[in-house]
Amino acid sequence: MSGGVDSSAAALMLSDLGYEVLGVTLHLYDNETIGLESRTCCSLDDVEDARRTCWSLGCKHFTLNRKELFLNEVITPFVSTYQQGHTPNPCIDCNRQVKIPALYRFMREMSGEVFATGHYVRVEHTADGRHLLKKGLDAKKDQSYMLYTMTQEQLAHAVFPLGEFTKEQIRQFAQEKQLTSAHKPDSQDICFVPDGDYVDFLTRHTGHAPEPGPFLNPEGKVIGTHRGYVGYTIGQRKGLGVPAASRLYVYEKDPETNIVRLGEEFRIYRQELDANRVNFIGMDSISQPIRCKAKIRYHHAEQPCTVVQTGADSIHVTFDEPQRAIAPGQSLVLYDGDYVLGGGTIL
Amino acid sequence: MIYFDNAATTCVSKTALDAMMPALTENYGNPSSLHLLGQTSNQALDEARQTVAKCLGAQPNEIYFTSGGSEADNWAITQMALQGQKKGKNHLITTTFEHHAVLHTMKRLEKNGFEVTYLDVHEDGVVRPEDLEAAIRPETALVTIMYANNEIGTIQPVEELAKVCHDHKVLFHTDAVQAVGHLPIDVKAQGIDMLSLSGHKFHGPKGVGALYCRRGVRLTNFIEGGAQERNRRAGTENLPGICGMAAALQEACDNMEENNARVSAMRDKLIAGITPIPCTRINGSLEHRLPGNVNASFEGIEGESLLLRLDLAGICASSGSACTSGSLDPSHVLLAIGTPVEVAHGSLRLSLDEVNTMEEVDYCLEQLPKIVELLRSMSPVWEQMQKEGRC
Repeated sequence: MSGGVDSSAAALMLSDLGYEVLGVTLHLYDNETIGLESRTCCSLDDVEDARRTCWSLGCKHFTLNRKELFLNEVITPFVSTYQQGHTPNPCIDCNRQVKIPALYRFMREMSGEVFATGHYVRVEHTADGRHLLKKGLDAKKDQSYMLYTMTQEQLAHAVFPLGEFTKEQIRQFAQEKQLTSAHKPDSQDICFVPDGDYVDFLTRHTGHAPEPGPFLNPEGKVIGTHRGYVGYTIGQRKGLGVPAASRLYVYEKDPETNIVRLGEEFRIYRQELDANRVNFIGMDSISQPIRCKAKIRYHHAEQPCTVVQTGADSIHVTFDEPQRAIAPGQSLVLYDGDYVLGGGTIL
Repeated sequence: MIYFDNAATTCVSKTALDAMMPALTENYGNPSSLHLLGQTSNQALDEARQTVAKCLGAQPNEIYFTSGGSEADNWAITQMALQGQKKGKNHLITTTFEHHAVLHTMKRLEKNGFEVTYLDVHEDGVVRPEDLEAAIRPETALVTIMYANNEIGTIQPVEELAKVCHDHKVLFHTDAVQAVGHLPIDVKAQGIDMLSLSGHKFHGPKGVGALYCRRGVRLTNFIEGGAQERNRRAGTENLPGICGMAAALQEACDNMEENNARVSAMRDKLIAGITPIPCTRINGSLEHRLPGNVNASFEGIEGESLLLRLDLAGICASSGSACTSGSLDPSHVLLAIGTPVEVAHGSLRLSLDEVNTMEEVDYCLEQLPKIVELLRSMSPVWEQMQKEGRC
């Protein structure tokens, strides 16, 4: 429980359904880790909100320390992915390596039957024993992209009470039930980069500021100076500070040489990609090429494509149309209608 | 419910409650008032002060009542440090495994220009007087070393440590929160200059404690205001708390020998029952140990889950120290005695006292191995250890 409206509402719904609920908040980092001076250990107000919600339901609340795991499995890969010139998705890493495994293990340790979160997704258990992940009913809030890494074992025990509702309904429900979190704003940024300035975070974490380097045009001519390659994303157009007759886009970054290449819009389109660290949900593997749709980032309208499995945990994807700004490090998630087939990390 | 968390706090004894009731009801006068009701309260306050003094081998005018152990620690350390600073002494000595009331006070003093030496507590959790002697410098203003550790229960050679200090003309303070009421203390015979204690660790109420400060040691004011506590600590006295604490201390000291015999027998049975669990260690010296303390580490499991499972089984225990969020950090005490971080994570403190019974110990020994086994069966760390042939 983050202390926000979604997880609080989820706890309340389960309690209303007659479950004996144990509230769990994960303590993932200290304020000093994320560059805040306050000596309180984390977002203490949020923990207190979570705790109060639980107590008001007559439930116990626990805070589990997963700082070390979070540092090793989320923050460190976040930094190294940027250093490789890629674009990480730390929320997916957190769900995969920290949040879901921690909840699942804690559920087992406490002899619980199920674990729940406040994600807007649905689970379906098929007659032949598969556990499917489905988009949330609220298309605008659907978070299935964030949970494609869940294993069959985890999905078998997962409950997502918010999946059948819209965010509006949940807010209203929280207000009616007078949850303390009812009016809290949604979290937008990466939790450990609260001001959204990830370059500043990388600087503090690594102890050195990114080094400026050259912007090159497609012909290899220097057309400006950038503030360090980590600060740019594939497809970026704004904030380049390079005067040009036509619009320029970041289409390539080279961490080895600290070169960032700028060029015309067509250069940021790609039709194919490879992904690794693949997790399948809808099936164990793909023996024949399959047709489905895919998302290459959270806010991406899914696109038709053909998928071929190329290794135990790798796939090759060919889109019907070229896609804009495919960023290595982000996740590719495959859909069949509302169902998540699986996904992987874009190479 | 079985309560094995007596180092965190204890229940208020009947004797203590009876001593508190008059001050909460008919004798509500302010001890500073001159009328009869005030005088009655003032007399009760003075009797409590005499009682506490007597139990420590001190004089009544050497006892200052506080809100608890942490306040007494803060008072003693900051005031002695500041006095030292005026004389050009900016060095302090403590240990790595003190209570946070001491460690965090030290951190603040370090920010204000003090240099602090943290003595090693060795693998057995016992400070060596020769280490202290080697650390003392001409500019050392104060030495503060806890009497007995709150997590692993190890008892320090206080008398020898105090002697080293006096040989070098340095003041010696001890945080005796875990020791008072449980171990025989005579501040004069042991050469203790200052001592902190807390009422709720020996069946007194919470929110009350005391600082003993030897006559001749100049104690500066901690809270400015009225004339309470010889002008040193203003604010109307917590009379119910003080009366309760004094009565509880008297009771604890009267029954100490008998209690300790019973409690240490339960402790030893627990230790003997826990030791055979594979990949388990008892932390801290077995020889120099509080009668009620058991501290064990079980490799491959998280202390949090262990505590919660024990709680479900009706056993209240503790592990490490919780931060404000309620999440547990690996204990700084276990790290100080050289316990690896991953082992420190799976630690458990059971703290007993005379209200516990052998039946409770037997029940705990029936439950604990089962819970450890269950949690290990779900632990990826344990699985890895098995694969690698460790355990």
